[in-house]
Amino acid sequence: MLLVKGLQKSYSVPVLSDFSFELVAGEVHALVGSNGAGKSTFARILSGLTQADTGEIEFQGKPYAPRSKRDAEHAGIIMVMQELNVIGTLTVAENIFLSRLPQTAGFVRFAQLRKMAREALSRVGLEDLDPTTPARQLGVGQQQLVEIAGALAQNCRVLILDEPTAALTDPEIDRLFDNIRRLQAQGVGIIYVSHRMDEIRRIATRVTVLRDGRRVATHPAQEVTPAALVREMVGHDLPERKSGTARATQQVGLRVSHLSSSDRVRDVSFEVRRGEILGLAGLIGAGRTETLRAIFGADRKTTGEIFVGDSSRAAKIREPSDAVRCGIGMVPEDRKIDGLLLAQSIRVNTTLATLSEHVKGGGWLNFRSETSTTNILGERLGVRCASPEQVISELSGGNQQKVVIARWLARNCSVLLFDEPTRGIDVAAKDTIYQLLRDLATEGKAVLVVSSELTELMALCDRILVMSAGSIAAEFLPGEWSQEKITHAAFSGYLDRSEAQP
Amino acid sequence: MRTGKPSQFGEYAAMLLIWLGLFLVFGLLTDKFLTWRTVNALANRVPALVVVSAGMTLVLVIGGIDLSVGSVLGLSGAVLGVALKDWHWPFFGCILICLAVATVAGLVNGLISVRLAVPSFIVTLGMLEVARGLAYLTTHSQTKYLGESLESLAQPLRYLGCSPAFLISILVVAATQLVLTRSVFGRYLVAIGTNEQAVRLAGINPRVAKMGVFALSGLLSGAGAIFYTSRLGSSDPNAGVGLELSAIAAVVIGGTSLMGGRGSAVSSFFGVLIIATLESGLAQMGASEPVKRVVTGAVIVLAVVVDAWRHHLAGARFAFVTRLLGPKPTPRS
Repeated sequence: MLLVKGLQKSYSVPVLSDFSFELVAGEVHALVGSNGAGKSTFARILSGLTQADTGEIEFQGKPYAPRSKRDAEHAGIIMVMQELNVIGTLTVAENIFLSRLPQTAGFVRFAQLRKMAREALSRVGLEDLDPTTPARQLGVGQQQLVEIAGALAQNCRVLILDEPTAALTDPEIDRLFDNIRRLQAQGVGIIYVSHRMDEIRRIATRVTVLRDGRRVATHPAQEVTPAALVREMVGHDLPERKSGTARATQQVGLRVSHLSSSDRVRDVSFEVRRGEILGLAGLIGAGRTETLRAIFGADRKTTGEIFVGDSSRAAKIREPSDAVRCGIGMVPEDRKIDGLLLAQSIRVNTTLATLSEHVKGGGWLNFRSETSTTNILGERLGVRCASPEQVISELSGGNQQKVVIARWLARNCSVLLFDEPTRGIDVAAKDTIYQLLRDLATEGKAVLVVSSELTELMALCDRILVMSAGSIAAEFLPGEWSQEKITHAAFSGYLDRSEAQP
Repeated sequence: MRTGKPSQFGEYAAMLLIWLGLFLVFGLLTDKFLTWRTVNALANRVPALVVVSAGMTLVLVIGGIDLSVGSVLGLSGAVLGVALKDWHWPFFGCILICLAVATVAGLVNGLISVRLAVPSFIVTLGMLEVARGLAYLTTHSQTKYLGESLESLAQPLRYLGCSPAFLISILVVAATQLVLTRSVFGRYLVAIGTNEQAVRLAGINPRVAKMGVFALSGLLSGAGAIFYTSRLGSSDPNAGVGLELSAIAAVVIGGTSLMGGRGSAVSSFFGVLIIATLESGLAQMGASEPVKRVVTGAVIVLAVVVDAWRHHLAGARFAFVTRLLGPKPTPRS
């Protein structure tokens, strides 16, 4: 149904070189590759957001060259992007049907809009969501499902999903896959861009590997191993992921006591030892991010005390600046909104938390020392860029995340909070970050990691806490845990007493 | 290496060329324009606007705005007159109290906008009215002739032709630019204007810097009052009416974004020159006030459009200038 030949696209460097691709109606064709390999660019070309330099695309037998998103949507090719495009101040219903609001003579027919929205939402399993909810009140996972609902509500023949499950938890992913299978049965072709090998095995028909803008190979999804795919993506083997080793000490790095914040965090207490990596699992909306933010002083806490190190006096944390002074650092969930200064250089972003270390007499900045620190940290984390002066918005997601982490490494904190540190990042970069987390723990820091990827947590952590509905539902040690047990604990806070299993 | 930003030096060169071009155009359209005397007259008219624009640049960099600068100039100028003529304070005492009053006004702006989270537009709009009213109250709505006490600041120097006020204002621009680009405070301002949330989550408290910026803007309005009063020879409660709009125009023509996150005091200085030249040239041509206003307004909008277009083209347009002025840094592998 869709045929791509010899596609070429360059910005200042070639991003796609002689790329060929085909999609058959009713198939789920996965597209894998490291960041910067060209997957997102290809998706953007197909969905009309940008144009290729050369090459041809044929859709349903006719030449296809959309000049805009509208052209593509008219033709029936729709993309749901990795970065959310939800408009916070509008309601869910308005977001879904923004370009097609039902109207008479310019006035919106709200009743009909609500009905249409309820239908669209039920297709992604959100039938209980009130369509008049302002979109900004939704969690990231729900926002993504709303976007997908919006795409499904249009008449699409080709659906492009770019990292759709990055912010979804397992039950939500199952729902998404059910929807995808239903679309397949209707003859819709789906291009599924993802890093998640396990998902590709579950849902994809074929998988194409992209490297440096070229197609390396296409395999039937069930016949190829993840290791083989990774080898093709990277060009060489990646070292095996080691599971968490016992390097936690007896000393306490961070103690949280009866922490409560708005209604999202309810009487949470736990400790993180120095040298320990503590994982925090749970469903979207369980309160994990809110817990981290309350510890860091980004959100106001209603009750509770934070103790750093072996101090017996509670730390007075009312603003993040207080937390940082106590030696706590936080890598936030959404790097674009909360972490990065997008229009500024890598150097400016890296030294933001440690400017006082790069000062000559009188408060004047020492650019050379900033550059030197940026280079050192950049090397350590493997940040791929043209120079430290490069504007950070030009970097890939993985490299941007490394810079945010570098900012905190420069600070030499004793406690580090990571909120979804590997979201939207390719396999090689993830590995770098995992190794970094282990190194930080070995250095004696207390590391707390929030993640929705259970395999990641189980491979990385020394202990896993599960949050559910604002409280801690369970604690697991290595050997005790499994995906089923963690998921069960994650749900427990939302079940009726009678439904809870013994 | 593509960084998507026109090089700094190229920008200044471009502004200089534009100003020179404007100057030449008027020189062709009128006679006796291309003289040293015109340049000096220009230089001696602008010091107040120059320093106020420098302060406005900083406020715009954090994404705020200060509509009160004209009124604060008027108020501090009024206090200056009263201190000189009525209280007979020594010269430096009068200067100090003028600057102090202006700085306090700026601090009030900062405190209310930061602590009470009121948008700076509203706070400074209120201060615009309050300060102007206080200026009238202080002078009993009368202009006060000050005699020769301040004149020396505005008198052209023997060999240079420009006044000490102009020279001081250039120093202020240089100092502001240095602070903005090379100091920790300046870096925080740029960061806050780019993404205040990220700055807060990086462990920096943005409040202090934000309040400081408004205090600085006030201080520079006070400096402007001194220059203005010295040129006029008297303290006028109407001093500075409409100055905030000229300052914003100058800063915007200079290429500073109203959205915050970037700006240059040097570019704002060129913006002031361009506006002043425009006014002066149009006056020489015999244009009436209304015509001057139409042309100036059109130029402001044109400048913003051109600036947006320039950034969109990632500096390609002025690349020839940067190539003339120096090699591009080589990319690291």
